[in-house]
Amino acid sequence: MADTLIEVKNLKKLFPAGGGLGKKSYIYANDDISFSIEKGETLGLVGESGCGKSTLGRTILRLYEPSAGSIFYRGRDISRLPHREIVRSTKMQMIFQDPSASLNPRMTAGKIVEEPLVNHRLCGSAAERQERVKELFRHVGLHEEQMQRFPHEFSGGQQQRIGIARALAAEPEFIVCDEPVSALDVSIQSQIINMLEDMQRELGLTYLFIAHDVSVVRHISNRIGVMFLGKLVELAPSDTLVREPLHPYTQTLLSAVPIPDPDVTRARARILLSGEIPSPIDPPPGCRFAARCPYAKEGGGRCTAETPALKEVSTGHFVACHLV
Amino acid sequence: MDKEQNNVLLEVEDLHVSFATPVGQVNAVNGISYTLHRHEVMGIVGESGSGKTVEALTIMGLLGTNATVDSGSIRFDGQELLEKSEKDYVTFRGKEVGMIFQNPMTSLNPVYTIGRQLTEALTVHDKGITKKQAQARAIEMLTHVGITQPEKRMKQYPFELSGGMRQRVMIAMGIICHPKLLIADEPTTALDVTIQAQILDLIKKVQQETGMAVIFITHNLGVVADICDSVTVMYAGHIVEQGSARDIFYHTKHPYTQGLLRSTPSIDPDNNERLIPIPGEPVNLLALPDGCPFARRCTQCMEKCLAEKPPKTEFSPGHIAYCWLYGEGKEDGTHG
Repeated sequence: MADTLIEVKNLKKLFPAGGGLGKKSYIYANDDISFSIEKGETLGLVGESGCGKSTLGRTILRLYEPSAGSIFYRGRDISRLPHREIVRSTKMQMIFQDPSASLNPRMTAGKIVEEPLVNHRLCGSAAERQERVKELFRHVGLHEEQMQRFPHEFSGGQQQRIGIARALAAEPEFIVCDEPVSALDVSIQSQIINMLEDMQRELGLTYLFIAHDVSVVRHISNRIGVMFLGKLVELAPSDTLVREPLHPYTQTLLSAVPIPDPDVTRARARILLSGEIPSPIDPPPGCRFAARCPYAKEGGGRCTAETPALKEVSTGHFVACHLV
Repeated sequence: MDKEQNNVLLEVEDLHVSFATPVGQVNAVNGISYTLHRHEVMGIVGESGSGKTVEALTIMGLLGTNATVDSGSIRFDGQELLEKSEKDYVTFRGKEVGMIFQNPMTSLNPVYTIGRQLTEALTVHDKGITKKQAQARAIEMLTHVGITQPEKRMKQYPFELSGGMRQRVMIAMGIICHPKLLIADEPTTALDVTIQAQILDLIKKVQQETGMAVIFITHNLGVVADICDSVTVMYAGHIVEQGSARDIFYHTKHPYTQGLLRSTPSIDPDNNERLIPIPGEPVNLLALPDGCPFARRCTQCMEKCLAEKPPKTEFSPGHIAYCWLYGEGKEDGTHG
């Protein structure tokens, strides 16, 4: 049995969505989500904007407080721990989507990477810290001389390298990568993807890799979870998910991915959904996808009445659909 | 030959566009030439700073005041666009060429209703049209682009619509005057992939029905493979390769195009190869190198590449690349 690093049980994250004096309404950003991440693996999370994938990453790191449910880190429930204790006893970090917005414009690149060393008391003297920052710069493919520069003096790809060096500085074992390459050009994107893969192999890192680009997630992940409107609807090893997607939403999503090959992409049958994504505010009972699902009629009234549970249909392949 | 000439809709020749900025002159477009035929869907592919958007804005006469067209010509259906005055452009834009932008939220006016913005396009170009007729045309157009309850939408403001619906409204605005050419600048980049699929299908459908030509600007090679007949690949304001979609994807010649294809992750579960990135950083448009703009990132770079602009080589009719690997403009149709 592999070594479980992160386990999430029945996690819920609700955001108040106004409602004024009357009944309060909530956005169900994460609704009853359970899964685990094994040590050393990359779990990919895909879904469209507003499906709650970033919220999930942030809630696991306790950047958001969970509304209900638990998060276990190496078997220990961290969902109610004080923040000081989280910083002290877990080794979790995050890489953000927009590198320019996630670096302090008033700090030099060197100071940005040094800060976690100070906060986590990882180096004794200032000289040791400097050495470590230099080493981190080299590790992510930047030059020592660039330590004195400010974030705006770097290109987008280099800024993301600084963000990665900062995450590595705290010596993490688990990193939430939240759309780390979506703001970058294709040619730079592949440099960063390769670097994340190398780091994982060298340092034994575990990733939760969140992205809307299914091809990127397929490339980097061992397993993939698919989210739709706050729910985890399917979870399977990457190959299985791409070859035999079982949830109608996963099938739709995969069929919509454009493939850079004219003959292949033009011959493919696309499942086109009618209408738009429903609102996550106080969602109706039943399957969230029912209103757009091409098969919902076959489920009788069940799809709109009863929320499907995530069940294991074959080893490691979980689906939340009444019809599977 | 006459027939061929008649079939040409847009001819761009040796176009140079630069911007005056506080830090120096940014050379955004550096001598590009291409021909677009009627009914053709051409993709312009390139990364940020490749000049793909600036090139489109030049056709539309929408460049900012700090931009200069240094030289070149743009002939559209027999007229020279660079000689047009701003007044001429008012009757040209929208009627002859429609344009849709990447972010529909910022390109729709937030304080006007959808209906007012749609009918404005009609009344500007056709003084004779009555308000009622314009309303009817706008509603018809909204139905055409797949918007449900069009009468209700006409009275709504852009913020009341979802991203996909706003892009449908933009498309309706772009084609309401039946332009001969639609320029779509990254129209699906801000959208989710399932919505992107709907919008691409809509653009295809409209193009087939009206027969208009389309210039589709994107950085996404998958989208290009899906909808384009021909492809122009740009780097640092230069065209590096041009050809049919099949030429570009199956008989790729230029190292930059090859690099782009190799660095794109695949969804195919049988493809677990490591990505081959293009090394280095994007080129600085303030100080363009003398030779090939891509030379410093090219793995096959030779001495010549750094010193001299690469020649044009035609591999098959319409398939060209600018690269020293293929010698002094010599014909070479055997590779592939």
